[in-house]
Amino acid sequence: MSDIAIKTGRRSLPGLSPQAFGVAALLAIAFGVVPLVGSEYLFDALLTPFLVLSLAGLGLNLLTGYTGQVSLGSSAFMAVGAYAACNLAFRLPGLPFLVDLVAAGVIAAAVGLVFGLPSLRLRGFYLAVSTLAAQFFVQWVFNKIGWFSNDSASGIVTPPPLSIAGIAVTSPVGRYLFTLSVVVAVTALVWRLVRSPTGSALIAVRDHETAARVIGIPVLRTKLLAFAVSSFVIGIAGVLWAFAYLRNVEPAGFNLDRSFQILFIVIIGGLASLRGAFLGAALIVIFPLGLARLGDALLGGLFDSGVLEMSQRVVLGLLIIVFLIAEPAGLSALVDRMTRRITPWITPWITAGRA
Amino acid sequence: MSATLVVAAVEDRAALAIESLSLSFGGVMALSGIDLTVAPGEIRAVIGPNGAGKSSLINVVSGLYRPDHGRVWLGGRSFAAVPTDRLAALGVARTFQNLALFKGLSVLDNVAVGLNHGFRAGVFAQIAGLPGARRERAAAQERAAAVLDFFHLTDMRDRLVGTLSYGVQKRVELARAVVARPRLLLLDEPMAGMTLTEKRELTGFIRAIRDELQATIVLIEHDIGVVMGLSDRVAVLDYGRLIGDGTPEAIRANQAVIDAYLGVAHDLEAGEGI
Ligand SMILES: Nc1ncnc2c1ncn2[C@@H]1O[C@H](COP(=O)(O)OP(=O)(O)O)[C@@H](O)[C@H]1O
Ligand SMILES: [Mg+2]
Repeated sequence: MSDIAIKTGRRSLPGLSPQAFGVAALLAIAFGVVPLVGSEYLFDALLTPFLVLSLAGLGLNLLTGYTGQVSLGSSAFMAVGAYAACNLAFRLPGLPFLVDLVAAGVIAAAVGLVFGLPSLRLRGFYLAVSTLAAQFFVQWVFNKIGWFSNDSASGIVTPPPLSIAGIAVTSPVGRYLFTLSVVVAVTALVWRLVRSPTGSALIAVRDHETAARVIGIPVLRTKLLAFAVSSFVIGIAGVLWAFAYLRNVEPAGFNLDRSFQILFIVIIGGLASLRGAFLGAALIVIFPLGLARLGDALLGGLFDSGVLEMSQRVVLGLLIIVFLIAEPAGLSALVDRMTRRITPWITPWITAGRA
Repeated sequence: MSATLVVAAVEDRAALAIESLSLSFGGVMALSGIDLTVAPGEIRAVIGPNGAGKSSLINVVSGLYRPDHGRVWLGGRSFAAVPTDRLAALGVARTFQNLALFKGLSVLDNVAVGLNHGFRAGVFAQIAGLPGARRERAAAQERAAAVLDFFHLTDMRDRLVGTLSYGVQKRVELARAVVARPRLLLLDEPMAGMTLTEKRELTGFIRAIRDELQATIVLIEHDIGVVMGLSDRVAVLDYGRLIGDGTPEAIRANQAVIDAYLGVAHDLEAGEGI
């Protein structure tokens, strides 16, 4: 790309596409502006959970969107990541947290690999049911075996406070920035993966398994790789959930509802789209709050928490049906169409900025 | 001399040899006792009415079906069941009767992914962008681009294959099969559903593939005109049996073939199957 820029004699920001420009702008805002203007509520209640769920959606999208293997066990892998990191932090306090983080991801990947084995034989609905087994089994293990939760009577574990390279991360904005950094780093790796030849292999396995086998793609190995990498990413999301967002861990927090939530993020955001995971997570996080405000404004006292919860489920269900029918490619496709419409308007502006 | 001995004698010279092959589905004999030898560099047509077993034959050779009896010789090795996973490494490629493209990939990536099996760099090297991985990938993209050029597909290299016409998709599938320079290419009705112009163009491509890659080609085709003009030898299947095998002229004159196939106005539409 840069040699094209040299040939055309353009200076600065060589060959930056509108997409790259958009990502750079978003990163600049997320790292540079948001921390200055955001409130504690914004960080703790909106942005940090949004980022963590985006990452979980990204992990599931690798498996379901890119490789075509449906999973209902995402929150089990989040749980494995969360508990692994807690136990590493308690039992090997000398290890830096970043080592715990990566190790917890690797442990989640290993567990994901095991629960991915049925994918070698099962497809579609049957595979989904077998991942459900992972969901229930993992939750059961963390409930039953006290060792994992430090034998705490309530089953709730409070992870040690976040500390990176000796610096305690205690403020909401600090936790937000840490989460953002991890999410950006992991997303960059996933982006590299899906654009690599192995990324093409994932899609090949999804789109035509037989043809993939015939051209020499190791189908079984590719599926297991997808399970492992997906679980790694979801496991990292679990660590962030435990250490940066909730700051406590209990098996019930990683139940089937959470798995469905992550699946809905992927469906609403758009299958096989990295951006889709972020869009879907944004909707899932903002939507209940928006609905609560709206209900409050319209119905006042009648709109209690029970009604809220129920209406959330109903509206979310409707939303998913609407997306499946009207826009199976998700929010990501909607945004695509919108950017295509506005690109001619903003391109001159970007080009002018470069000169 | 028995057929087995003949096969054994030519086995090291043949690009593909099939030895008393039988395959049944329930009560249906899709293939019964087929012996067939394909010489290196030849274009070998396989013709026959719908349901004759042509696709089944290719599916056995590519390991998708496991035969009840018989063996398949590929590149001097004999298999009771061909290992599909090693097909590409054995230098065998194929296309499918029904389109079998990766619809989520661009034209270029559909073709380039056909070179994945030769990569040495692992997934971590690819993610990290290590020099070896980058070199392999660049070489694959370059090779794929050259193949697209060959098939006049360059203008469409970044399009998703699902957005292309049927005839063009068939060509992309052929490009994917060819990209790894196979020694043996199995084509299952590559011209089905094509216009006359497209058929003529594809005929040229198939001949050029054979000449440039020195590949052996097994071609299932219904259009007798195309078959007679393109192939060195023709094998005729009927109800799973081989009822004729020889040069186009010999096949034209073969009474059994005329009775079963050529003489009668058979329904020549594309059948179902993989
Ligand atoms: N996967 C399959 N399952 C059951 N029957 C099959 C299958 N594949 C082929 N057959 C049967 O085998 C016979 C030969 O089919 P096929 O090889 O597709 O014929 P052709 O390609 O010559 O039209 C047909 O009777 C067909 O119904
Ligand atoms: Mg057929």
